[in-house]
Amino acid sequence: MPKPHLLLLAALLAALGISHFSDQIDPYYLDVMTGIGINVILAVSLNLVNGYTGQFSLGHAGFMSVGAYLAAAVSVFVGPKFLGEDSGSALQQGLVFLAALLVGGTAAALAGLLVGVPSLRLKGDYLALVTLGFGEIIRVIFQNVEFLGGALGLNGIPAYTTPFWVLAFVAITIFIVTCLVHSTYGRGFLATHDDEIASEAVGLDTTRYKIVAFVVSAFFAGIAGGLYGHFKLTITPTGFDFTKSIEIVVMVILGGMGNTIGVVLAAVLLTLLPELLRPIAEYRMVLYSFMLIVLMIMRPQGLFNFKYGKVKL
Amino acid sequence: MSEFLQQLLNGLSLGAIYALIALGYTMVYGVLRFINFAHSDVFMVGAFIGYYVGKLVPEGTLWGGMIVLIASMVGCAILGMTIERLAYRPLRGAATLNVLITAIGVSLLLEYSGQVFFGAAPRTFPQIFPSANFSVGGLVISTNQLAVILVAVLLMIGLQFIVYRTKIGTAMRAVSLNPKAAQLVGVNNDVVISFTFGLGSALAAAGGILYALNYPSIDPLMGVMPGLKAFVAAVLGGIGNIPGAALGGLILGTVETFVNGSQWSTYKDAIAFAILIIILLFRPAGLLGKFTVEKV
Repeated sequence: MPKPHLLLLAALLAALGISHFSDQIDPYYLDVMTGIGINVILAVSLNLVNGYTGQFSLGHAGFMSVGAYLAAAVSVFVGPKFLGEDSGSALQQGLVFLAALLVGGTAAALAGLLVGVPSLRLKGDYLALVTLGFGEIIRVIFQNVEFLGGALGLNGIPAYTTPFWVLAFVAITIFIVTCLVHSTYGRGFLATHDDEIASEAVGLDTTRYKIVAFVVSAFFAGIAGGLYGHFKLTITPTGFDFTKSIEIVVMVILGGMGNTIGVVLAAVLLTLLPELLRPIAEYRMVLYSFMLIVLMIMRPQGLFNFKYGKVKL
Repeated sequence: MSEFLQQLLNGLSLGAIYALIALGYTMVYGVLRFINFAHSDVFMVGAFIGYYVGKLVPEGTLWGGMIVLIASMVGCAILGMTIERLAYRPLRGAATLNVLITAIGVSLLLEYSGQVFFGAAPRTFPQIFPSANFSVGGLVISTNQLAVILVAVLLMIGLQFIVYRTKIGTAMRAVSLNPKAAQLVGVNNDVVISFTFGLGSALAAAGGILYALNYPSIDPLMGVMPGLKAFVAAVLGGIGNIPGAALGGLILGTVETFVNGSQWSTYKDAIAFAILIIILLFRPAGLLGKFTVEKV
């Protein structure tokens, strides 16, 4: 990839440019685009674990909920004290939002560490199941924390999510994941994916690599959660159940695991698909699941993976 | 003390249902090594077949109940075999993850089709078996609870017989031990796998009917939570291990019922997964499973 730093800078500038015109775009399209952006962040970050490192995690929605709740708590409970009566200037709001997102991301990363250290000793289906279990446990805990709204969810989150923030974090996520994987250190992720035993034999600490992948991935899931909370303005624990995790996993797999561009395309397509199928109302999810099965049978290497053979599953 | 026994009885009847579902998971895992996510929805379809057939037979008779049970088991066995033939067989030999996603796809397809055909609103399941409550020494026992335990025990004995005393059962164990070697000695793997799906799905259907008898409200998403917990039960007992699945189901059902009756009742959905995580960390092969060392 030529000069990734320049590309990141260009993407951030583009984000700033596009957000300038955001009030001229139809609100419905803006909503769909925000949804796409959040899903891209989720899918690209999960791809680091499920695709590049080859570990099967089904708990991504759990980390997303940690980020969503913590970020919302910051801007609901701490934000007003900082902003004062008149809810502050746009810059101040932006700073509060950035702080909230970083708190959410860090908390999710800590949760990732907490979950990853014991469970990453397990392999394959067992790992999938334990991460699924942790995701469900996180959900039940949030259902029981009255301070954060309990089962009814947390309401009245300020609408801080703008196209700028979404695009900026999409760019940052793709940048960091790509650079990480293509760095010297990052070859270890691919080695862990390709053959764990051989990697250990040449002295790579595969457990450490798995944990790093897990923590980085959880961090961005937390960021995505924060963006989601300040976009929907209300979050409930049931919105982050394992169906949501599966939705993200499906994006990664359809994108061709360990293929960032493919995963981005799959995230875009799978967010658009239910919207495009809206005219046929009740049959749309039936069709969606049917297409999922057919795609898996017809193109097991992923819909957007054109380099089959190079990236071995 | 009588409250303890009451909870134990409730727990065992819930556990028996989990065990029936867990058996299907564990058998499929044994022969194909993947988590059949669609299993929990076969359980749901079983309850719905029971609902429709239950309308045709008179309520509260023993023979009517048996007809409902058998119709639902046969229907789901056919459904399970169809799913295997259409969705999983084309992927034989593909990466586990692909099969897993296909299973998730089948699961979603059944749930959403269920919402279209059956409607998303919950329905009341008819009392197909004669029901009465009687009390023994302060314990309230319903005939439904007894029916659950009785049917579950009979089915498990039947399963044990099929797996260990018949030719097809021997073939099943051979495929689960080593599919290639089984093929070399003349086992038709496709037939065995198809049979396994049929058998597992029939047990799930029975579980669905029994669950609907005790918790008489059915809807297209009713299978999700019991399905997940039954899978946890299968892993708890040691996946691929049939007595283990039964044991895991009973333990899980009992623990969950006790938690539900305590002050931590709101955490009951988390408890199954907490148990799972603890078990996997300290005994990754499950309670009755054998730990195998990975060879290069």
